[in-house]
Amino acid sequence: MSFLNFLISGISLGSIYAIIALGYTMVYGIAKMLNFAHGDVIMVGAYVCFLAVSKSGLPPVVGILAAVVVCTVLGMVIEKLAYKPLRQATSLAVLITAIGVSYFLQNAALLLWTPNPKIFPALFARTVDGKKVTGFQLFDGQLRISYVTVITIIACIIIMVVLTLFTSRTRTGKAMRACSEDKGAAQLMGINVDTTISITFAIGSGLAAIAGVLLCSAYPTLVPTTGSMPGIKAFTAAVFGGIGSIPGAFIGGLLLGVIEILAKAYISTQMSDAIVFLVLIIVLLVKPAGLLGKKISEKV
Amino acid sequence: MRLNKTSKKNYLTYAIVIVAYVIMQIVAGGGHLSSSLKGMLVPICAYVVMAVSLNLTVGILGELSLGHAGFMSVGAFMGTTAAIALQNAIPSAPLRLTVALIVGAVFAAIVGFLVGIPVLRLNGDYLAIVTLAFGEIIKSVFNNLYLGIDANGIHMSLLEDKTNLLEGGKLIIAGPMGIGGIKKIANFTAGFVLIMICLVVIFHLVNSRQGRAIMAVRDNRIAAESVGINVTHYKMMAFVTSAAMAGAAGALFALNYSTIVANKFDFNTSILVLVFVVFGGLGNMLGSVIAAAALTILPEALRSFASYRMLIYAIVLILVMLATNNPTLKGFFASLRGRFDKNSEKEASAS
Amino acid sequence: MKKVFAFALVLAMVFALCAPAYADGAIKIGGTGPLTGGAAIYGMAVKNAAEIAVEEINAKGGIQFELRFEDDTHDAEKAVNAYNTLKDWGMQISTGSVTSKPCEATSAETYADRIFALTPSASSVATVTGKDNQFQMCFTDPNQGSASAQYIADKKLASKVAVIWKNDDVYSKGIYETFMAAAPGLGLEVVSDTTFNDGNATDFSVQIADAQSKGAELVFLPMYYDAASLILTQASAAGYAPIWFGVDGMDGILSLEGFDTSLAEGVYLLTPFNADSDDEATKAFVAKYQEKFGEIPNQFAADAYDVVYAYAQACEAAGITADMSAEEICDKMIEQFTSMTFNGLTGEGMTWAADGTVTKSPKGMIIENGAYVGID
Repeated sequence: MSFLNFLISGISLGSIYAIIALGYTMVYGIAKMLNFAHGDVIMVGAYVCFLAVSKSGLPPVVGILAAVVVCTVLGMVIEKLAYKPLRQATSLAVLITAIGVSYFLQNAALLLWTPNPKIFPALFARTVDGKKVTGFQLFDGQLRISYVTVITIIACIIIMVVLTLFTSRTRTGKAMRACSEDKGAAQLMGINVDTTISITFAIGSGLAAIAGVLLCSAYPTLVPTTGSMPGIKAFTAAVFGGIGSIPGAFIGGLLLGVIEILAKAYISTQMSDAIVFLVLIIVLLVKPAGLLGKKISEKV
Repeated sequence: MRLNKTSKKNYLTYAIVIVAYVIMQIVAGGGHLSSSLKGMLVPICAYVVMAVSLNLTVGILGELSLGHAGFMSVGAFMGTTAAIALQNAIPSAPLRLTVALIVGAVFAAIVGFLVGIPVLRLNGDYLAIVTLAFGEIIKSVFNNLYLGIDANGIHMSLLEDKTNLLEGGKLIIAGPMGIGGIKKIANFTAGFVLIMICLVVIFHLVNSRQGRAIMAVRDNRIAAESVGINVTHYKMMAFVTSAAMAGAAGALFALNYSTIVANKFDFNTSILVLVFVVFGGLGNMLGSVIAAAALTILPEALRSFASYRMLIYAIVLILVMLATNNPTLKGFFASLRGRFDKNSEKEASAS
Repeated sequence: MKKVFAFALVLAMVFALCAPAYADGAIKIGGTGPLTGGAAIYGMAVKNAAEIAVEEINAKGGIQFELRFEDDTHDAEKAVNAYNTLKDWGMQISTGSVTSKPCEATSAETYADRIFALTPSASSVATVTGKDNQFQMCFTDPNQGSASAQYIADKKLASKVAVIWKNDDVYSKGIYETFMAAAPGLGLEVVSDTTFNDGNATDFSVQIADAQSKGAELVFLPMYYDAASLILTQASAAGYAPIWFGVDGMDGILSLEGFDTSLAEGVYLLTPFNADSDDEATKAFVAKYQEKFGEIPNQFAADAYDVVYAYAQACEAAGITADMSAEEICDKMIEQFTSMTFNGLTGEGMTWAADGTVTKSPKGMIIENGAYVGID
């Protein structure tokens, strides 16, 4: 039973990684850039939701919507100001700019919201006999599953399906895939590459807002650096699953979470990070493009 | 003697480093150097070495590494351990420092080789993430490593302190507490010498047969392979050289502070060094030297902005990246340079 | 082109760093601490409280202080840089650094430069050992570890104990080590020993399950309250309700914005400071802090407030004036601190040993109805 409990914790943590990784992989797949500021957009989303719900007393749905709107706009503004002028530059130049944006967001949050931790409100809880209940129990309380876990997994699956349908069925989605294959050719076919990439960022940032809300619902301490570690872990998860692949990000995230928890439970809490990264290395040696990544044969 | 463009640039790099060193020494000798700048000289040297060594991997070899701080960590811990262990055996501080730097470099090279075996089989972003993973693993290992020395020799254990040192023994690396009570034996001159050695090694490597092979691998791996270049061999050569230099830099850095912890050499430090490299220009060693110095001083120079300091640092970083990649500005400077070159040619022909 | 930019930057900065320092009527106190980054909360608390104390002391008209606090981002390298900046400014007395590792690095500098330093909160032993001019306002880590074990045994709170500690933190490790060393001799059996670190400080299900399955009646948490709040939340969700026992880092948990204080009900902690105390001085300080910064001060703030007041007392007693050199002040301060008794927010009748450690007894507190209650 304890194994099942650990598995559930792992899935719960993994689903959070997965939802962050979806945003990472989406932006990477289309814009071909590692957006290191993604984790910090998550943090901004969480703060917006916190301010709306805890400070202004708005209902959770409004809080989540506000977070999505603010992050989407923020994502587009960042893209327009910082990344768009670098369209012709090397990918490393864009990477460094993304790091600059990441520093900027963290320090702006520090000034705006002070470094004091905020406890994120329990959005997914119901009140039974005056007590807040955040999950349900099975087998006489031996197995506990929190609502956040269930909601995160459902949200993950919905987002994954919608994104897959969006990229394969809609005009904009097809334009995105065209841009990811070959920007020049896409432009020749009459696709507005700039707009397409802006839309990608908008979607990616909107997803980041949802991820921020879910991350902080599961682990409610909110500080200006909240997004950075989960951001790196999610980036790892995205590579694990094959970066650019939407189902890959989902599976990569879940596996990473499960491996992390099981390594802590059965091997060593001290070395769990090292074990997670070791597994990642081994997987990449066996499958050099990640679990679900496409192996691109090089042209000679 | 006619110099070609590359060697001209190499000599310019040497000259600037030497001039900077001499100026700093003169200013410091006159007592005009602020404590703030004086305190930064050694870390600047260490970061410069980090930057040029990472430039070898990223700029010359063409592989993105996100775990360079891991090698710095190996050098810092092993070099410092050597310095502490040899405290009595080698009383002369400069000699002990030299030994520490060499030990740091050797251990980092060994780790670089071991890491290189799996890493160099991968490409692009997958290679980058694996270097990140190794950086994190190295950090984890040092956070859990206990190393002590007593009359019976060296004792080591992981996770828990099981070294059971004899009376008079000394626990050097104490897990998460890192190394404490380090004698500060690093100095600016040693840093300067280390930079010069690294530059000489890199320039010679780049201009040699091996260097050309490395760059051929960077530009087109398949073409390089088809003309009989052993890709893995040359990749490994550049990677290990780069790791060794980072190790020496780590030892220099650690011996400038009284204490060192594994968390110092995390992902953020790797990224910081990468920022130096990109800022200075890929494959451009002079650029790396200047960028490392400038970006180490910048946050200190911004102290008068108090709480807005790091915010401004971030803005400067973004603006410089935007400005240096702006086609209009680039064109403007290119035309300036063109005019300058023409003028100097005219002068040359006139004389 | 990039080089032109960078070169101009270097030159501009070298000049910017050469600003001269001059002295006026006030004694210059300098300190470093994390004002940005993940540990910023501790540095900000110290800075804010020290500012309040300096304002109050200056308003009295006697000894005049000028305070400058620099950011060290909780990093030894940056702390030394910050220290050097303060030295250029003409710092005469130092409040060391806020966190342990950076303070270990700056204390080596203050020792070499003969600048007196009294750190509010850097609690590791290495900060003060072997340095005659380094003093601490807080307990040392070992002191807290063994005091906690002693307290648990004396009050017979539990015999089976679990420890969750932070594996990459000097503070946590320092307390953990001495706790583990003291526990067996006091009849405490440590049944579960688990860790976390910066990289995975979100999910504690494994650590909680381990303590629960091994039947620990008490869980010892040598860590800061931000991580502790997550552990309390997750344990409550897992239906595990042991006795929780924290150290001084636990202080602040009740003033966490949005925290459900019922989760902390019955938590024991050893802390020198209680923001809810009826003591007049504490009340005045808390009110002023809240008015100025909109938050309830934590123990870091209280320690920093005490540091400045201890300086005022020592300076007055030794007749220190602003025109004295740092070295002169240093010798007088060592003399004062090893002989004087100080009453502050964090303790009555504090004295300092020659090795720099403070003697004050940690107060055992328990959280009841969302407030600290003393239990002695």
